[in-house]
Amino acid sequence: MSEILTSLLILTGAFFLLVGTLGLLRFPDVYNRLHSVGKASTLGVVSTLLASVVYFWAQQSTLSVKQLAIVVFLYMSSPVGTHMMARAAHLIGIPLAKETQRDDLKKRRGSVPANE
Amino acid sequence: MIQWAADVSMLVIGVSLLLSLWRVLIGPSVPDRMAALDAATANVIAGIVVFAIRDDTLDYIDSALVIALLSFVGTVAVAKFLAKGVIIERDSD
Repeated sequence: MSEILTSLLILTGAFFLLVGTLGLLRFPDVYNRLHSVGKASTLGVVSTLLASVVYFWAQQSTLSVKQLAIVVFLYMSSPVGTHMMARAAHLIGIPLAKETQRDDLKKRRGSVPANE
Repeated sequence: MIQWAADVSMLVIGVSLLLSLWRVLIGPSVPDRMAALDAATANVIAGIVVFAIRDDTLDYIDSALVIALLSFVGTVAVAKFLAKGVIIERDSD
């Protein structure tokens, strides 16, 4: 039972990592690429870490808190890092993809100086 | 079965790592390259964890934790440097 769960979680993690990297290669501009990295790749890593938690729980009957700490840290750090990088890209004026409908940050920054 | 799944996913993660390094090479701007390095770091962490499962040892998990921490600090430092030109702001200046 735990073998099936571990294998399933490992394969799910590898699949989401591959999907995230394919999005990184295929998306048209940097904001879409950051979206792909921040969600799909993080989900892949977290799934792999949960697989290792299940595996070591079943094999050595130790609850490895370290993997859970990495999961918590990734869930906190990935949105922050991705958001900071997207904001920096917008501040240094990297153009959006031409399919983009609206740009609220540009509208808001019209009255505020660029370096706050 | 776990061995087979670990082998297959090591292959997939390796291919994904190479593809993200390709985006590091061709990325037209610095945030593109930084996003690709984030993806590469995620792939490296997952590879380390799968390798730990495959070898049935908990010793490799520490390096995954260290790489996750360093990746976050590096991303924040590069983002602040790109946005403001300084990483650590001092109020006294």
